[in-house]
Parts: sequence; C-alpha cells; structure tokens
Amino acid sequence: MKRFGLELTTHVAVLGLTLGLVLPVNAQSGNVGPDYLLVIQDHRFKPDALTVPAGKKIKLTIENRDATPEEFESHALNREKVIPGKSTATIFIGPLQPGRYPFVGEFNEKTALGVIVAQ
Amino acid sequence: MFGTAVIVFREVLEAAILIGIVAAATRSVPDRNRWLFMGLFAGLSGAGLVAAFTDVIGSMASGIGQELFNAMILGVAVLMLAWHNIWMSSHGAELAANAREAGNAIRDGRRECSILLVVVGLAVLREGAETVLFLYGIAASDGVTNSSMLAGGGIGLVLGVAVGYAVYAGLLLVPLRWFFNATGLLVLLLAAGMASQAARFLIQADLLPSLAAPLWDTSATLPENSIPGMLLHSLIGYDARPAGMQIVFYAAALVSIAFGMKLARRESHKNVRNRNIKTQLDPQSQGITS
Repeated sequence: MKRFGLELTTHVAVLGLTLGLVLPVNAQSGNVGPDYLLVIQDHRFKPDALTVPAGKKIKLTIENRDATPEEFESHALNREKVIPGKSTATIFIGPLQPGRYPFVGEFNEKTALGVIVAQ
Repeated sequence: MFGTAVIVFREVLEAAILIGIVAAATRSVPDRNRWLFMGLFAGLSGAGLVAAFTDVIGSMASGIGQELFNAMILGVAVLMLAWHNIWMSSHGAELAANAREAGNAIRDGRRECSILLVVVGLAVLREGAETVLFLYGIAASDGVTNSSMLAGGGIGLVLGVAVGYAVYAGLLLVPLRWFFNATGLLVLLLAAGMASQAARFLIQADLLPSLAAPLWDTSATLPENSIPGMLLHSLIGYDARPAGMQIVFYAAALVSIAFGMKLARRESHKNVRNRNIKTQLDPQSQGITS
C-alpha cells in the first residue's frame, strides 16, 4: 500500500509535469513576420543594426562564416544559441515592443556587437 | 584573460550551484561522493561529445535541434529533481519512525544515487559543452596566447566551484530540524527555474507561443548579468524579462512537485501511524487467541 501510494504520487507529479511540457507544443503561434539574415564574419555581425517590424514574430537566420563557434546572446531578447563555425542557425524572436534590443556574440564580446531595432 | 574568466565563471556557476544543493540534499545517502564524482565525470565526457557534435545536433529537426536538446535535458533534470523531492518527503518521517524500513531505504537510496548521477551529469553536460566550445574558439583564433586563456579559464572555473561549495557549506550549517525543508525548497525552486528555461528554448524554436513577452522587465533594477542576478538565476531561475509561457512552466512545475511532496508526506505519515497501532495491538491479539 505504501509503495503504491508513493508510486501513485510520483506518477501524478510526473504526469502533471509531462502535460505541462507537451500540451502547449500543439498550440500554434501565428502572425509570423518576414525572415532576416545576420552574418558573422571576423567575429563581427553584418549588419550590426537590423530594423524589424514591431508586433510580429521574426525568423532570424544567422550565418557564421568564421571557422570558430559563436554564441548569439541577448538578454534584451531573452535568447541564446550556439552557432558552430561555418554553419547557419535559426532563431525566432518577438513579437517585440518598439525599442532597441542589443545582442552580442558571447564568445567575442568585444567585437561581435549588434542591435535589433523594432519599430 | 579577464574576459575568459568571466565567461567560464558564468557557465560553471549554474552547474556548481546545482551540485552544491544536490550534494547537501543527499548528504545522508551512503556512497554519495562516489556517485557525485561519477556524475561529474560522465557530464564532462558528455560535454566534450556534445561540443564536438554541436553542428550535427544543431542541424537536426530542421535547425532547432539545439533548442530541443537543451529543453529535453532540462526536462529530464526537472523530472529527476521532482522524483528526488517526493522521495525525500515520503522517507524523512519513515526513517525516523521505524528502523525496519532500513532495507527499503538502502535499496531506494541506491536508486536515489542514480538520480543524483543523472542530475549532476546533465547539468555539467549542458554548461560544460558551451565552455568547451568557447575555449576552443579562443584557442583557434589568433592574438591570444594559450597560457593566458588557460589562466583565465582556470580562474573562472575556481571561482564558480567556490560559489557552489559556499552554497553546500552554507546549507550544512542549517540545523538538522530545518535542513530537509531547506534543501527540499531549494531543489523545488531549482526544478521550477529549469522548467522555465526549457520553455524559453521551446519558444526560441517556435514550438511554443511566448504569450506575453516580456511579462515584466526588471533588467533596470536587477540585471541578469550582474552578480546577484546570476546567482538568483542559478538558484531560483530568476529571469529579468521572462515570457508569459515561462511563468506558466515555472508555476506548473512548482505546483505539481509541491503537490506530489505533500501527498507523499501525508501517505508516509499515515503508514507510520498505522504501523505503530498494529505493533501496539499485536501482542494483545496473540494473547486472546492462545
């Protein structure tokens, strides 16, 4: 009885967590805006300022032309993603309020700087 | 060198704090250290592998492999921490009440150890892979000497481990009466914070809607890259600009684990009480039948 009770308890908790993790995945999030491209070369972002429409979800494609990996990081956008050398990655951002959202390449913070401007 | 130290510190901190809390929470588990080091070792080896295959992982699932991978690791860690907390809730009272449960406890203790191994291994794996990639990047670029990079990385590592140890040592100072409540609460918040991070990765991969983003913005008063911000992020999952969906995940994990702990505690108290009544009644019933 004790074991049963404990297992039941565990199962209930696990089920709750699983539902929490799985259910919303099916939720569709519409209103997708256009695609944007950022290139990393010589530990710099090109362009280093990107203007995007506010209130829309943005698909950001980042192409790392350097041989070394880079981590796209932005506290303002609440995003982080490692982009291996010589490869391309996709990040979804927004919908954003109008404003400036700085980002950095964490592995080369001195040179890899940029900002996304939502308007 | 300084930049290297800061970045390595940032990556190490989260795993170090987790290990500090988990090590304290399992201090009564036999052979705990051996399992802890095995988890650490497995995590480090895994980190090397993940770093080597980052491009493969990243290109899976049409470019969102990295987010799925991170979310999955975080999800498993949340389930493990949940299991740990519920197990602790049900056994605290029993262990104190009845020595006959010792056999059970040792068997469950072993299972508890494998949980420990997995949680520690996953934490080290996730943070370690990023550190490896970062150090590799520096090593591969020109202009920075390798010794300076190593020194910076070493300083960051030592500082991160020191914070983790401070958390561990600090928890051991908590009087035994409150000790399991304290570690239980910390593990609970840790798990909730990880659930919120998992949600963030799924939003980034566009598998989840963000709901309100950000729900609030406290980056002016408590920035996430400040020392208190980093500590709070590692301890309770503090996020200066969370998406609404992250809060949903945070709350869901918090409530389900807390509820599971409560049920387990009630169940175990009931069992202990029943057993005590039975042992009191047993000699009498024997006397009547004979």
